[in-house]
Amino acid sequence: MEHVLSYMTFIPLAGAVVVLLLPGKSHNLIRWVAAVFTAPPLIMAMWLFANFDPAKTGFQFREEVAWIPAYNIKYFVGIDGLSISMVLLTALLCFLCIFASWGIDKAVKGYFALFLLLDTGMMGVFVALDFFLFYIFWELMLLPMYFLIGIWGGPRREYAAIKFFLYTLFGSVLMLLALLALYFNSEPHTFDMTVMIAQANKYGTQPLPFWPFDQLGWGFQHLVWMALFIGFAIKIPAFPFHTWLPDAHVEAPTAISVILAGVLLKMGTYGILRINYPMLPVATADLAYWFLGALGAWNIIYGALCAMAQTDLKKLVAYSSVSHMGYVMLGMASFTTQGINGAVLQMFNHGTITGMLFLLVGVVYDRAHHRDIDGFGGLAAIMPVYTGVTALAFFASMGLPGLSGFISEVLVLLGTWQKFPVLTILGASGVILTAGYLLWTIQRIYLGPPNEKYKMLPEINGREMFTLVPLGAIVILVGVYPSLVLDLLRTSLDGINQVVVPHLHL
Amino acid sequence: MDLKNLASLTFFYPEIILSCTILLLIVLDLLVRSQRALAVLALVGCVASLVATLDLYSAQQGWLFHRMIILDGFSLFFKVFALAATILTIWMSLGSNEIRQIHQGEYYTLLLTCALGMFFMASSSNLLTAYLSLELVSLTSYVLTGFLPHNRRSSEAALKYLIYGGVASGTMIYGMSWIFGMTGSLDYAAIHQVLAQGQVNKVALYMALVFIMAGFGYKIVFVPFHMWSPDVYQGAPTPFTAFLSVASNAAGIAIMIRFFFPAVSSMVPAGDWAVVSGVEWPHVVLFVSMITMTLGNLCALNQKNLKRMLAYSGIAHAGYMLMGLAVLNNDGLKAILFYVVVYLIMNLGAFLVVVMIANVTGNEEIETYRGLAWRGAVIPATCLAVFLFSLTGLPPFAGFIGKFFLFAAVLKQGGAFVLLAVVAIINSVISLYYYAKVVKTMFLDFPEPTDAAVSVAPNNFTLLIPLTVLTIVLGIYFYPLAQYTSESLRFFVK
Repeated sequence: MEHVLSYMTFIPLAGAVVVLLLPGKSHNLIRWVAAVFTAPPLIMAMWLFANFDPAKTGFQFREEVAWIPAYNIKYFVGIDGLSISMVLLTALLCFLCIFASWGIDKAVKGYFALFLLLDTGMMGVFVALDFFLFYIFWELMLLPMYFLIGIWGGPRREYAAIKFFLYTLFGSVLMLLALLALYFNSEPHTFDMTVMIAQANKYGTQPLPFWPFDQLGWGFQHLVWMALFIGFAIKIPAFPFHTWLPDAHVEAPTAISVILAGVLLKMGTYGILRINYPMLPVATADLAYWFLGALGAWNIIYGALCAMAQTDLKKLVAYSSVSHMGYVMLGMASFTTQGINGAVLQMFNHGTITGMLFLLVGVVYDRAHHRDIDGFGGLAAIMPVYTGVTALAFFASMGLPGLSGFISEVLVLLGTWQKFPVLTILGASGVILTAGYLLWTIQRIYLGPPNEKYKMLPEINGREMFTLVPLGAIVILVGVYPSLVLDLLRTSLDGINQVVVPHLHL
Repeated sequence: MDLKNLASLTFFYPEIILSCTILLLIVLDLLVRSQRALAVLALVGCVASLVATLDLYSAQQGWLFHRMIILDGFSLFFKVFALAATILTIWMSLGSNEIRQIHQGEYYTLLLTCALGMFFMASSSNLLTAYLSLELVSLTSYVLTGFLPHNRRSSEAALKYLIYGGVASGTMIYGMSWIFGMTGSLDYAAIHQVLAQGQVNKVALYMALVFIMAGFGYKIVFVPFHMWSPDVYQGAPTPFTAFLSVASNAAGIAIMIRFFFPAVSSMVPAGDWAVVSGVEWPHVVLFVSMITMTLGNLCALNQKNLKRMLAYSGIAHAGYMLMGLAVLNNDGLKAILFYVVVYLIMNLGAFLVVVMIANVTGNEEIETYRGLAWRGAVIPATCLAVFLFSLTGLPPFAGFIGKFFLFAAVLKQGGAFVLLAVVAIINSVISLYYYAKVVKTMFLDFPEPTDAAVSVAPNNFTLLIPLTVLTIVLGIYFYPLAQYTSESLRFFVK
């Protein structure tokens, strides 16, 4: 298992090639082949989970091969506590989403080939330790995502797809400039993230031309930080860069919404923790401390209020993502152990919970062919099992004790209270708003007298349960025994935190 | 090495072979009926010339024909490039219905003559050869643009091209006369010697350089000498448009580098360059570069015709390439050479798909591409998507690496050039919109009942598939090409 990370990354790509070679008419064969090629990464992820040494600092399962030696570009992968949680999440969601995509019957071959390509891109982002490689994988996700939303999406799919594409490309070209700036200011020039982190203090704060912030002592580091931050903030998505998200989510097919919310959004906060924090600690201390916290709190409240106003169930879940990603930013900005650990746990939990929510929306949409919250009523009597699972996901999302969402939100709030009480109070009030819109939704869709029109809706089927049960189990398990994930994270996150803390102006 | 006429001939085989092929084509055109045989002859001539060119890599660098032309790594690079473009164009022409309707003997004769002109453009070391070679390329291009009989667009384009070309080359030769007046010489090395002493009038030199830029700029297609390009691209036979878009542009870049670097800049030891006499011509290039890419991209946004859209995208790409000139360092020049090659592959590929689709549908309106992937042409549609995304500069395609090197050169220079980089990346995002619009039309739009199925002839796949594969491979493993371009950056200066 020496090359386990490479296998995890490239087996789906091999799957994409195989799928392309299959006859286009045999839909079931294509679906099963796709499933077969996403299973090994999941098994390997479990193996990683068992064999990962949480006490060790630095990166594990490293593979390092020279790729373009003249420019010091390497194929360099490895994982630490931060990335293993994301790798687990990606492997699991990709496997389950193949089954959630079973109902796709238009251009099946293209769909699954693109899906597997997307899988490779996502896995690559989380394991890459060479900045150039990271960027390639980062961009590699864009193309399949564009087609997956654009071809298999809803009525406004073209608008949503190009909007997603343009927003993300804008962010990533800024990242490209930042990447080059860091490259030319490292000595010797390198894209190796571990080296860049080790020599982070070399990235100075020298003044720049046309730069209005010299008086504040802001210079090179701050400019690069901002360029990277905008790139990542678009992915999170942080206000005001969030507007692509509701469109993309609503139009995307169910499985793609799950991937978008479950994995892609995490890349924003992952990037900030992996790159901005340890590589640019001075700028992080100056810019992230208050700014990121305030932005997080604003995201929480703004997202929750927007969610409350929605009549489309999928859009509601999309805005709840904006709100929940706010906790991640808030926790990250606190620079306390609880805050950062809570933030990353929240990333993991949000991936599983929102994944469930989107799958559940997909279940009802497949049956009723609309998602209008006010158009249902009394589904609990018609589909009791479905309603039970939905209730679990909703309660987890609003942070009910005993479920995973509670743990991460409490950790975040505990962490931030030590630094900025006002923002914590604002953030905590988001919990009330969340409970408000989720309970109200439950009441409108599931309670009350059964709607005559939907008397005949069939109960959730075995395939759909198969996609939901693992996620539900994780939600309960992490809610009861959070150390399962937290133990993986702690050492690495403390390491990242310790780089920044000395630079904070407290 | 500074050779006299007869001794030079030993190092002149590529040009001799090409000239003989041209003459043979003219004669055989009268005798042979098979048009295909003529194309094959042209192809063979080009390949033979290519072999001769590659053979010269082992020869010593130096001047030929009393310092009229120069033999060095840089000129060989562009000769190989011009031949590659010609071979690919002939190959593409073989599969084009448009070309099948015209008289091919003359077409291939003119195409090869154009390539011969590019040989001299890249290797000129004297203002006289520079001007003559540029005119040779221009004149053949005018004729080839108007080559479609009874086609008003084609004729109109040729006339427009001729008028713009006349004005630009007139301006250029006026500028050259100033240089001659100031330095008393047409020879690049002699010009450099006088300029390096710094005793010429700065304003006059500045003016002269700007005038000369007009002539080069009209070949490279930068603003404000770009107006001819959309009409010519749209009107000319598509394979020739493809040739024009890559080869003519590259030859313009070559002649501009040749004049503006060894002749009017000084090499400083670190491998970079410095302006002579304090004439900051890179500022002009910097400014022109920003304007060119922005204007090209903005105009491309609303185009309805794919060839016309690619014309504006070509203007934008000329703007990107100019970035490498403006930074005045060797990294910039290497980046340009790399970009030129990548641009050849992806742009020719895009035009090849245009040819294939036009063979079936008879036009190039983007509208006719609606739902192409669902109308039985999924392979050409996918290939076109690859080329267009590569033109946007998305990884893992070769276009990304090309842009990466250009940005790297710009950011390495730092300072005010960061602004140029920012303008360029904003332009990359803008360009995604119109490239993706074509992809959207092909994949995201579904065909309407009136849209007929498109069954493309598979004979073009022999060229299409390799170009697509190359676009992807060079995006992942670009080291050999990067190595080749950086070794090609060898100027012979005494």
